[in-house]
Amino acid sequence: MAPGSVFPPNVGQVAYRPLNFGRWVVWGFTALLFIAMPVFFSKGFALTLMSQMGIMIIFALSYNMLLGQSGMLSFGHAVYSGLGAFFAMHAMNAIDAGTLAWPVSLLPLIGGLAGAFFGVVFGYLTTKKAGTPFAMITLGIGEMVFAASLMFPGFFGGEGGITGDRAAGAPFLGVLGLTFGPAIQVYYLIAAWSFACMVAMFALTHTPLGRIANAVRDNPERAEFIGYNTQRVRWLMLILSSFFAGIAGGLTAINFEIVSAENVHAIRSGGVLLAAFIGGVAFFFGPILGAIVFVIFAVALSEFTKAWQLYLGVFFVLLVMFAPGGLSSLILMNLRVMKFRKFGRLRDPYFGVLVSALALAFGAVMLIELTYHLTLNVGQGDRVRLFGFLFDTTRANAWVFATSVFLAAGAAFEYYRRQFRREWDAVQVEIEDWIRENP
Amino acid sequence: MESIVSQALIGVSYGLLLFMLAAGLTLIFSMMGVLNFAHASFYMLGAYVAYQISTWIGFWAALVLAPLALFALGAFVERWGLRRVHKWGHVPELLFTFGLSYIVVEMVQVIWGRAAVPYRVPAELDGPVGWLQSFNVIFPQYRMFMMAVAIAMLVAIWLVLTRTRIGLVIQAALSHPQQVEALGHNVPRVFMLVFGGGSALAGLAGVVGGNAFVTEPAMAGTVGAIVFVVIVVGGMGSLAGAFVAALLIGLLESFGKVSDWSVASGLNALGASVGPGTPGYEVLKLTLSQVAPVLPYLLLVLILIVRPKGLLGTRED
Repeated sequence: MAPGSVFPPNVGQVAYRPLNFGRWVVWGFTALLFIAMPVFFSKGFALTLMSQMGIMIIFALSYNMLLGQSGMLSFGHAVYSGLGAFFAMHAMNAIDAGTLAWPVSLLPLIGGLAGAFFGVVFGYLTTKKAGTPFAMITLGIGEMVFAASLMFPGFFGGEGGITGDRAAGAPFLGVLGLTFGPAIQVYYLIAAWSFACMVAMFALTHTPLGRIANAVRDNPERAEFIGYNTQRVRWLMLILSSFFAGIAGGLTAINFEIVSAENVHAIRSGGVLLAAFIGGVAFFFGPILGAIVFVIFAVALSEFTKAWQLYLGVFFVLLVMFAPGGLSSLILMNLRVMKFRKFGRLRDPYFGVLVSALALAFGAVMLIELTYHLTLNVGQGDRVRLFGFLFDTTRANAWVFATSVFLAAGAAFEYYRRQFRREWDAVQVEIEDWIRENP
Repeated sequence: MESIVSQALIGVSYGLLLFMLAAGLTLIFSMMGVLNFAHASFYMLGAYVAYQISTWIGFWAALVLAPLALFALGAFVERWGLRRVHKWGHVPELLFTFGLSYIVVEMVQVIWGRAAVPYRVPAELDGPVGWLQSFNVIFPQYRMFMMAVAIAMLVAIWLVLTRTRIGLVIQAALSHPQQVEALGHNVPRVFMLVFGGGSALAGLAGVVGGNAFVTEPAMAGTVGAIVFVVIVVGGMGSLAGAFVAALLIGLLESFGKVSDWSVASGLNALGASVGPGTPGYEVLKLTLSQVAPVLPYLLLVLILIVRPKGLLGTRED
């Protein structure tokens, strides 16, 4: 309540606030999913995958506090998570040495505080600018921290990084005897932090600060006219975002038990940008989706192919070109079509587009993998296993087959794409007309 | 004295190379508002294409053909990529080029492998400069050639922008695109030419820089961030500022790399006794050569505090 307002606070106002049932269902379901996932996927690899997804969800959401909510495109977000990870790791070693009485389960908090501290320091510089200069300055700060991290081997451990033991200190809640030695216990620790951070960051979007950050993103001039210091707002958001990034860093330290200069590298900063954007920055749940997809690319796909970054890059560029709202906007657009009961008309074009796109991807992947094998795996013989078949890279038939699939599928895709485009645009126009006529 | 001269020459030649990169970047930025993250990738691609051409028909052909190839690629990227993304706004444009840089670095590895390629200085320019040697200064001929190319490029850009019809249209489209369009000029095509031209400049820098340094997949990453520092320090969109900043950073790097001066040694020379027991010795004992990789970024931070619009910049935002 602003000073000088007609109504004194909480008097004379009756707010109608129904229980937001849908929201409780969504959050309850998310919590259940976190709890139940290890029941379905209990293998070691699936557990590490899910643990990394949990961490990446926090990281991507914290990134979206900058990009999606405050309009700041950062290329140096790994600085905060990485430095948080280093501080958490040093704290872990102090616990191990007996000089610090602190439960391992709360280590991410130390990482978060370290992240927030550096958010205060670096944020003061970076948030002086918005827009493109902000992007370049964060890139510069990121490079500076990375170069500096190799300069102080005492703290950063040089090229090798520093290691620790997450089973350090007294077991958490003595009765339960949780040591965080086994992977499943680490998963649940990450899941608990991930869920808590999700709720906290969602709640933040509804605070006055979260709202004014949106205003600063959309129209900084007007935000300034109603009396807000836009730099202050950006700075505050950056500090809070670094806090959550630091938590993600602390969890990384616990999960991998090693932190090195790689954790502050530009590749990490670029990765979180890709994750957030792939999911979609316009909706709160977008980066969650993006984090899951990104980890699948970076961890699962990299098991199969060395070219995973190429696929990730192509996927990203295609999204930027054709669906800049990311996966979440694609889902919501289709849900809208379904809600208006027009999805039936799109089914056939969808079928054609998807089948031809799959064939196109098959041809492209085959061509790329064959070339990759030829240039990079020179010592491993002429044969390469693709999609369960053996191909000989020195014989022409594999190349001819891949090229012809690629070209034919490309032509088919272009045909179906146009058909789909026509139908999709028509449906969207109809829906928008309907909305305009029935406000 | 001799070493100071040769360090200065190394610094200036590196600075001029940085300027070749920064010129294209800042031209594209001031014209289209697009920060081209793939610019350093085009530089790398220029080096690789030049390497490939030089193995077929020699270096001098590569010097002409590789920038032309990069011009075509840049124009293609603008026409079929950026122009489509343009309607979504500046952030998606920037992200498009960011994604492109991922793809380029991977494609380079697919085609030329992960190790460095043997892209060498042409035999005619191998060896030190003769007349400098008589002053006891050892300076590679090729670096001299690099400087000549950069200066020729600088003069050419200046002539094109100020003395030709297309240059005037470009300058006009820079500040008043709608009005230029209303006068009947095809502004999107001008954008395409500028983007292609900027890419060609990056490619030219790659042709002459690739064999002076190392042609490897990591070369885009090492130079990319520095170029951004150059255009922020110089002032966004200012060609002259980019020139000054590039030389400054080039000299900073070349002199920083060979100096073993540290705060601790300086204090000791002044009479203080700084040793391993002094608090903060980890920081004080660092020599300038160890700090050299951080210096450009420290300069960036300093400029942001003292003069946020850059050395010669005019834009406030």
